[in-house]
Parts: sequence; structure tokens; C-alpha cells
Amino acid sequence: MTGYTFAYLDEQTKRMIRRALLKAVAIPGYQVPFSSREMPMPYGWGTGGVQVTAACLTPEDRLKVIDQGADDTTNAVSIRSFFRKVAGVATTEATAEATIIQTRHRIPETPLAEGQILVFQVPIPEPLRFLEPRETETRKMHALADYGLMHVRLYEDIARHGAITRAYAYPVQVEGRYVMDPSPIPKFDNPKLHRSPALMLFGAGREQRIYALPPYTEVRSLDFEDYPFEPTKAGHACALCGDDASYLDEVIVDDAGGRMFVCSDTDHCRSRRAAGRRGTMAAPFEDAAA
Amino acid sequence: MSAAEPLTGGFAAPAPDAARAFRAILEAMAQPGRIVRLAGAAAPAPAGPALAAALLTLADGTTPVHLAGDHDTPALRAWLRFHTGAPLMPRAGAAFAVGSWAALLPLSDYAAGTAEYPDRSATLIVALDRLEPAGARLTGPGIAAEARLSLPETAAFRANAARFPLGVDFLFVCGDRLAALPRSIRVEAA
Repeated sequence: MTGYTFAYLDEQTKRMIRRALLKAVAIPGYQVPFSSREMPMPYGWGTGGVQVTAACLTPEDRLKVIDQGADDTTNAVSIRSFFRKVAGVATTEATAEATIIQTRHRIPETPLAEGQILVFQVPIPEPLRFLEPRETETRKMHALADYGLMHVRLYEDIARHGAITRAYAYPVQVEGRYVMDPSPIPKFDNPKLHRSPALMLFGAGREQRIYALPPYTEVRSLDFEDYPFEPTKAGHACALCGDDASYLDEVIVDDAGGRMFVCSDTDHCRSRRAAGRRGTMAAPFEDAAA
Repeated sequence: MSAAEPLTGGFAAPAPDAARAFRAILEAMAQPGRIVRLAGAAAPAPAGPALAAALLTLADGTTPVHLAGDHDTPALRAWLRFHTGAPLMPRAGAAFAVGSWAALLPLSDYAAGTAEYPDRSATLIVALDRLEPAGARLTGPGIAAEARLSLPETAAFRANAARFPLGVDFLFVCGDRLAALPRSIRVEAA
């Protein structure tokens, strides 16, 4: 590709993002402000994640992009083709083959390995924002590690509903210090943050924040002794591959209330089917045709 | 110093070379104690290839740099100015400080961030004569169990870690090798 510098962003911008990334890694869970650029896609489409990925990519990388676990949805397809075009990098849909994975709202089912980088697209990086709208105040609360308000919020859930009802973007505490928003991943994925061998980077473009979890970082989902954190998922098996342990999407299939549950991670589901696993609604001749 | 010397030693292909150097530095910072190799850049003595590559990758006109002790040479100043445009500053205002361990001390001279913005802190690039995965014991985020690194001492690093989330972060360079020690890491003597 001519007309662009490698990976789209100019070198000065990449240096600025790279410096922010190093400080983010040095202070796990702390949100580093950065001077987010306008990207050729709207806010909410992963402008933060794209800038982090652009600052990290090398020509030798193999990039995977997922949107809610899927490699084949609009957001994932367009970001993948963007980097193929402006960085000339190889791309893949296989989790194990990727060196960098940019994700919107999921962590892959296949366990990540040391050396891999997972880049999260983050809409609202501040876990305290809906409890305290003023940035000056949330800054102070993080500085003082004053997270009582968040515990009150979780307690009120229990008082009203009998359980902590937050199902995604479930707040975590990093190394016993900073409370962090893990981006809107389902709380099913929270345990995968804890002591992950992969480096996890979080980019929020509109809100201009970068934060990070180095490998093997202690990440605890907030809870109470008598109401411990519980990762949850739909109580079904995947209708295509039969997996009863992966995170599922509910798909409406007709006008009569019919529905099916399928793996949200398309790569996981496809590789299980390729290995001969079958769910209740799997097409019998699918793989022979492929 | 020849007239041409400050003009040479940059990356041959600035964008991909800086990308590769950054990934190596990121790997070192994310996994403290891990020693990586940086190549492709050359700066006047006493700076080695890893130090040159780190400066080209991270420093620019927005990051004041402090050259300490025998790294504060006219040749290195000229090289840094030409390649990065970084302003040279005393310790207190520096985003990056470069020198031997003895020349950089004491750590209290450098910006350690504020309670609200701990990221507004200096990164010290320390030139060491020896850099090996042996010696002081490191534990903390980025390290599965423990790592070992030949640090010049332990007391200063322990005091720095005790201030977390404030503090400075370290890159250690020796020839073409680089390792990192962020403030989050607990350091114990071997």
C-alpha cells in the first residue's frame, strides 16, 4: 500500500500511543490519557482498539479480529481488511495462530498463550462513570482507592434482586489496587483475565484512555464473601457443535418463538465441528461441502 | 566528531524498524526480567545499539530527555537533537533520563507522577556493563512465578516500588540487549 505510512498512523502519533502503552503496562489497571486521533471509522466501531493495534503491529504479525466472538461480522471484517490494506499484515481466524487479536466484547474460548496480545475495544473505560459523572471526582476516587461506591452499587443489586445482576462489563480489581472496567465482555469471560499468559491492552478512542493488564496479573471480580462472583452463561449446549461449556448467543429462528443457542466464538465452534463434534441442529453435510 | 556523525545511525526503514523495536520494549516491560534484543540503530559512544533504538522509538519533540554523566556528550546531544528533536532538560522536567546507574541517582530527582496522574512520571534508561537473567529476585504483574535480573542494587528499586502507583520506570540497556523494570515489581536481593 502506498500513500500511507506503515499501519496508517503517523510516526509521531504511534510514539505517543506507545509511550502511553508502556506507562499503562507499568501501572496495571490505571487509565492513561492519550491524544486519540480521528480514525476512518466512527466512534463505537473500535477506534481505540484500532489505534492500539496500529501502534503495536509489526510487519511479521498475524492479526485476528473478532466482534462478539465472531470473525465474520461487519466490524471484524472491516477492521481486518483495514489492517491488511494499511499494514500489509497476514490475518487469520484461528485464535492459536494469531499474534495480535483485536476484540470487541469477548475473550476467545481457546486459551491464550504467552507472547499473544489481546487488544480490547472499550466504549466507557471508567468503571465509576455511571456512579459519579465528574472526571475530576473519579480521578480522586482512583487516587484514594476509594471504591466504596462501587460496592454499594453491587450491594443494592443484592438488596433489590437477590443477586448481583450485572452480566457484562463486570468490574474487576487489579493487583488489589485499581478497579477497572474489563470492557463489555460477559462476566463469563472475567475469570480469563486472571493470570492470563497473554498481554491485554485496552483502548478507548472517544474517551481517550489506554489501560493494560500484563501477563500473570492478579485480576479479581468484585464480590462479597456471602455473594461470591459467579460467571454465568445460557444453560444450553451449542446447537451446532454441542459444546456445553462455551459462551452462547441466542438466535431467534422463526416467528413462533423458536430459537437456538450457538457458540459466540465462531472459530471455536468451527474447529469443534471440523473435529466431528455435532450439536442437535448441525447440518449433516456441512463439512463435506466446505 | 565528524560533521556527518550526528546525521547517521537512524533506522533504515523508520516505521517498521520502530514498530519492531517497540514490540521488543513492550515485551520487556510486560514481562519484567525478560531480556530482548534491539537492532537497527547506532548512536555515538557511549550509547549502544539498544539505547539508540529505544531513543529513536520513544523520544520526540514532546519528550524532554536528560543526558546524565558521561552520556552528556556533544556528539550524543547532536545525534539526539537531529534524529528525535527532543529538548534536553534537567532531571526534574525529563520524560526520559539516560545514563549509567551512578550518574542517574538519586531517583528522587525525577518526576514520579501525581496521585491522580501517576503516568506523568519519568522513564530512566540505565546503561549497564552487565545484563543477565541472574541476581535480584523479581515478582509481580508480568511474572508467572519469579524472574531474576542483574540489577545494580535493590534498595532504590524497593523504595520506588513502595511508592506504587507513583514512581519511575526503568529500561536497562547493555549493548544490543534491553530489559525493563516497571514500578509495579517487588524486588528482593538475591
